[in-house]
Amino acid sequence: MSAPLLSATGISKTYAGGGRRIAALDNASITVGRGETLGLVGPSGSGKSTLARVLLRLIEPDAGRADFDGVDLLSLRGEGLRATRRRIQMVFQDPLAAFNPRATVGSALTDPLRIHRIGNGAEQPAAVARLLERVGLDPTFASRAIHEISGGQRQRVAIARAISTRPELIVLDEAVSALDVSVRAKILDLLVGLQREQGIAYVFVSHDLAVVRAISHSIAVMDAGRIVEHGPARDIVANPQSATGRALVAAVPRLLHA
Amino acid sequence: MSVLSRLLRSPEGAIGLALLSLLALMAIFAGVIFPDDPLSIVGPALVQPFTDASLPFGTDRLGRDVLAELVHGTRASLAVGIAAAVVALVIGSLVGTLAGFAGGLVDEALMRVVDAFQIVPSFLLALAFVSVAGASLPVVVLAIALGAWTAPARLARAEVLSIRERDYVAAARVIGMHPLEIALREVLPNALGPVLALSSVIVASSVLIEAALSFLGLSDPNIVTWGSMIAEGRNVLRSAPFLSIFPGIALMLTVLGVYLFSEGLAEALAKRRARA
Repeated sequence: MSAPLLSATGISKTYAGGGRRIAALDNASITVGRGETLGLVGPSGSGKSTLARVLLRLIEPDAGRADFDGVDLLSLRGEGLRATRRRIQMVFQDPLAAFNPRATVGSALTDPLRIHRIGNGAEQPAAVARLLERVGLDPTFASRAIHEISGGQRQRVAIARAISTRPELIVLDEAVSALDVSVRAKILDLLVGLQREQGIAYVFVSHDLAVVRAISHSIAVMDAGRIVEHGPARDIVANPQSATGRALVAAVPRLLHA
Repeated sequence: MSVLSRLLRSPEGAIGLALLSLLALMAIFAGVIFPDDPLSIVGPALVQPFTDASLPFGTDRLGRDVLAELVHGTRASLAVGIAAAVVALVIGSLVGTLAGFAGGLVDEALMRVVDAFQIVPSFLLALAFVSVAGASLPVVVLAIALGAWTAPARLARAEVLSIRERDYVAAARVIGMHPLEIALREVLPNALGPVLALSSVIVASSVLIEAALSFLGLSDPNIVTWGSMIAEGRNVLRSAPFLSIFPGIALMLTVLGVYLFSEGLAEALAKRRARA
């Protein structure tokens, strides 16, 4: 097997406040293969969102290193960091909060194209239309304001924004948790389709093992800032070794075990 | 529905806007309605109001037309009020945004300066400044702004601190947007709303401070202001109370208009936000 796309090792992050020190991440390590999905599961407060945001350089860790396709991710600064961001994108949990309240669908999708100089000003409207079509939205949506469209449509726009720069990795932080069940299934189908088509790797953060199992190649289980289990999805679901893993498997509705 | 139509639908907004438009028209067309110097003598002294059709509001102790003085006084009041508010808002939002963004030592230093200005009563600050620098329109504007910029600075900082942590700012970083563009395009426009809502309050208090300063004789003696008119009328308060009452009513209507307008505007903006 070739070298993994992303390998993060020994990531630690401690928050101090109110006289207490809270380890949000304690020596956490994960690897993500090219074109594969890593499901990052754990109970609330286990540090999975913090880890996701460290990978995107939205939170600076206290220690650790992250290799992304030979690039030392955590040492990048300024212009170099901004250029590398083209290759790693993110989809947030709350699709409404993830867009500037003044944005339109078109402006939200044009921004990344403009910043990374993908196509010139004349080509970008067509590129935006293609992106919208790819995520199952009508190209006429481009002129709509973000607050005018539904939550599911917004998350499709967020996915369109994430794939606009042709990234190799997308971090999805509870990306389907805020959506209702029927919409959730369609968004997951869309994500799997995009992965097959463009070979994008995902880090799929969720507290819901049933969803993670459906799309992940491997799974990392987190608890209290530590990775307590990391391995192929099938093995972890069938035979969880850690207490947290067993609790998460037990929490999946019985029907799905059959 | 636009903000303007929603503003006109609320009674506060409609009345406030009507009052302010009337005052603005008076200020703009003062030279057309009363082309002569309002400080020139046009009739006998102390003509009672509503007795002479050509001098509807009567005359003051020197025989000057009170209505002409009132209309010309609108200029000074509104000009000083608006100019001081603009200066205060620009300084305040810049300092506040800088403090909120930079954080750390810059934030600490800037906010201690804000504290220093805030512990001095703004009227005393203006009084001291004008007494030292001399009474002229720009000095008065600056003096009032000195005491008024701290509130928008605090508000802008608080807004920036909260917006800085929003997901859409994180999203802008993820797509590789330059920090300066994030500040100007993502954060500032969304932080400005509450700061602008404060502007009418600052205009109202600036109008009052200006009136108080000119009442104390700290204004340009060649310009008619409502404050100086009240000060003039004070000497004959028993025999001709209208000389103080008319500019007093004008002041009251101005401040009332500004407050009603801001109330209506805040409501209209809040509704737009709730819908969003």
